[in-house]
Amino acid sequence: MSDKKIPAKMAGPSRRAFMAGTAAMTASLFLPKGLRAADFPTAEVNTTGLAVTDDTVTIGILHSVTGTMAISETGSVQAEKLAIDQINAQGGILGRKIEYIQEDGASDWPTFAEKARKLLVNDKVASVMGCWTSASRKAVLPVFEQHNGFLYYPTFYEGLEQSPNVIYTGQEATQQIIAGLDWVSETKGAKTFYLLGSDYIWPRTSNKIARKHIENFLEGSKVVGEEYYPLGHTQFNSVINKIRLRKPDVIYAIVVGGSNVAFYKQLKAAGIDPTGESPLVLTISVTEDEIRGIGGENIEGTYACMKYFQSLQNDNNLEFVKAFKEMWGEDIVIGDVTQAAYLGPWLWKAAVEKAGSFDINKVREAQIGVELDSAPEGYVKVHENHHLWSKTRVGRAQADGQYEVVFETAELVEPDPFPEGYQ
Amino acid sequence: MSIASNRLFTRQDIIGFAVLAAVVFIVLPLTLDSFRLNLFGKYLTYAFVAVGLVLCWGAGGILSLGQGVFFGLGGYCMAMFLKLEASTPENTAIQSTPGIPDFMDWNQLTALPWWWEPFNTLTFALLAVVAVPVMFAFIIGVAMFRRRVGGVYFAIITQAFAAILTILIIGQQGFTGGVNGITDLRTLQGWDIRTDAAKETLYYVNGVLLFSCLLIAQFVRKSKLGRLLIAMRDQEDRVRFSGYDVASFKIFIFCLGAAFAGIGGAMFTLQVGFMSPTLVGIVPSIEMVIFCAVGGRLSIIGAVYGALLVNWAKTSLSESFPELWLFGLGGLFIAVVMLFPNGLAGLYADHVAPRIDRLLSRKSADVGPADDTARAAAE
Repeated sequence: MSDKKIPAKMAGPSRRAFMAGTAAMTASLFLPKGLRAADFPTAEVNTTGLAVTDDTVTIGILHSVTGTMAISETGSVQAEKLAIDQINAQGGILGRKIEYIQEDGASDWPTFAEKARKLLVNDKVASVMGCWTSASRKAVLPVFEQHNGFLYYPTFYEGLEQSPNVIYTGQEATQQIIAGLDWVSETKGAKTFYLLGSDYIWPRTSNKIARKHIENFLEGSKVVGEEYYPLGHTQFNSVINKIRLRKPDVIYAIVVGGSNVAFYKQLKAAGIDPTGESPLVLTISVTEDEIRGIGGENIEGTYACMKYFQSLQNDNNLEFVKAFKEMWGEDIVIGDVTQAAYLGPWLWKAAVEKAGSFDINKVREAQIGVELDSAPEGYVKVHENHHLWSKTRVGRAQADGQYEVVFETAELVEPDPFPEGYQ
Repeated sequence: MSIASNRLFTRQDIIGFAVLAAVVFIVLPLTLDSFRLNLFGKYLTYAFVAVGLVLCWGAGGILSLGQGVFFGLGGYCMAMFLKLEASTPENTAIQSTPGIPDFMDWNQLTALPWWWEPFNTLTFALLAVVAVPVMFAFIIGVAMFRRRVGGVYFAIITQAFAAILTILIIGQQGFTGGVNGITDLRTLQGWDIRTDAAKETLYYVNGVLLFSCLLIAQFVRKSKLGRLLIAMRDQEDRVRFSGYDVASFKIFIFCLGAAFAGIGGAMFTLQVGFMSPTLVGIVPSIEMVIFCAVGGRLSIIGAVYGALLVNWAKTSLSESFPELWLFGLGGLFIAVVMLFPNGLAGLYADHVAPRIDRLLSRKSADVGPADDTARAAAE
């Protein structure tokens, strides 16, 4: 894509996404200059009665801003608002400014379903950026399918799902797990793994995939233990003792939320310092956001497998981090999911412009194959299974709460929500 | 006690029932679009629990902080039937074992557990909606009341049951759907419950069931049992010394409350389209007590309004102030408890009812002395 030809009027990271959209449009029959609303009469771009006027289009933001999940979901809300602001600063979508209606899911799954229905039925929003936990997504899914809404879901999750009404901007389980296990096996020579997780669908499915990969694809490797603890569990001493007895090469930890604080502190107190790498601690559940709670000094040396780290050194990301801090404050940290949430409005914009319409069915069709080379994580592409092609990266936690990227896959990893051989 | 309160319906009761019926069956359906009506249908499912709590807590003095358990059990029984119907081999063809619910497949189950089998039949499921919560309540009731556990201890123990059931459901996710709950429910005997028309029908079914429960509750309140309950609440030992088997009465009323909650849970599942452990635990159980307190714990009609008002406030506050609404709701609760200790019903009984009575008749015989019994009867 030719970056240099278009006047650099638009600020920051937005410019690149703007180009992606424009380029997509050049490819279609529309004129590249036709970005004024007048070029897209409302009657033509909105044939299904969505909330589109001559100069605005309304979308929904549906996350928990109260309750236990608020601490995790706030970053996503912030990222989505930043993206919307940036898109509006460039003139919006098809000449229309994006307005949003924010609803609070309140960390409560029936509330998510209620609010989703409100956004789709009452407010007729053109798309929704939202949800975080799998449970909330499962709760809203029938609503989106019944009312033909369009949801951009940001969280890395267990896979096993592919709804025509959802674009999954986070990574499904295989994208997050396999490359990380290969890396630890090849570069660290790890042979024995102790799997550990919070007790719900995501850690269990992820560990199932990890176990199959370790047993079937990594020669001579084996799982020496697998355990689950309820959400919010804070007593990890017994499992830490078992770990000391079995002496695995790797502790593969998928502990979530507040339990993380207890887990890493107790690990260190028990003399298993992650910096010693014996055993090495590898996680897929701790982003920069969680480290704020755990404390950098407690988790230093742990490896995390993600697709995005705030410390990524590329131009897109430097601009993204700068804009994010300008909007939300210097102290803020940006985790994997926050970045994935930021992609939602941009992917939707690109699809709408490619389709030349806000109609959900046309956007859905146009969305497949959309490319963004403006993403902070680097180039991404939408797969026909509604997930993103993206790279897998391994970072090493630093005492300052950031990750140092130590590995990234050479190519984009194909999303595979129903992995064969891993069921 | 005045003779009037011995009749099943006093004039005030008739006014209360008639106004509520008008609100539920005429005003709400006429003024609300189908989305809002469905929301009110959801709120009304909580009213079942609140009515049960009026009997247990307001009349019987048994404060249960675990009504979510019964609500959840009823809801899960319904959800299991609907889930099995949705999990036909055609719908689940991508699974390793087609024909079983999706979450079982994710958890490597290869066959339907034996205790799921009976839920293939609707009759069994409908019976279970009432029977399972009642059985549970009976076991808890026998264990507690026979040992004369009451008051705060009973409240704490019911709360523990709510916590235990939540942990059990989340932990046994292969059998229960875990923290996600049982989702993606589609049809009831081939009838698509997700359409607007179906939602409207379910709303009316819900309303009729609620009124049936209200009538049963009214009957209990006005029967000898109702008066014994109030006597037990105020002077348990005297009732016992008079030769009554206090524990049996308590067990009965606790089971009745559980049955109401179970029906509410089943209607919740049908109208919302899923069931999850977030509706079983401590927080929803306490919320249900709040509905009852706001409405007035002595009045069955008040409890319905309480459930409607609190949930409506929750929805509208959270729509208008997504980041601050919890403070508003908290303020509302504090205001109600400080200013109207008997809730909306107390407000009505103190200020509105006497005026209506004066308007309607010159003989003010219906308004008895202002003790709790008469006041409750007046509603």
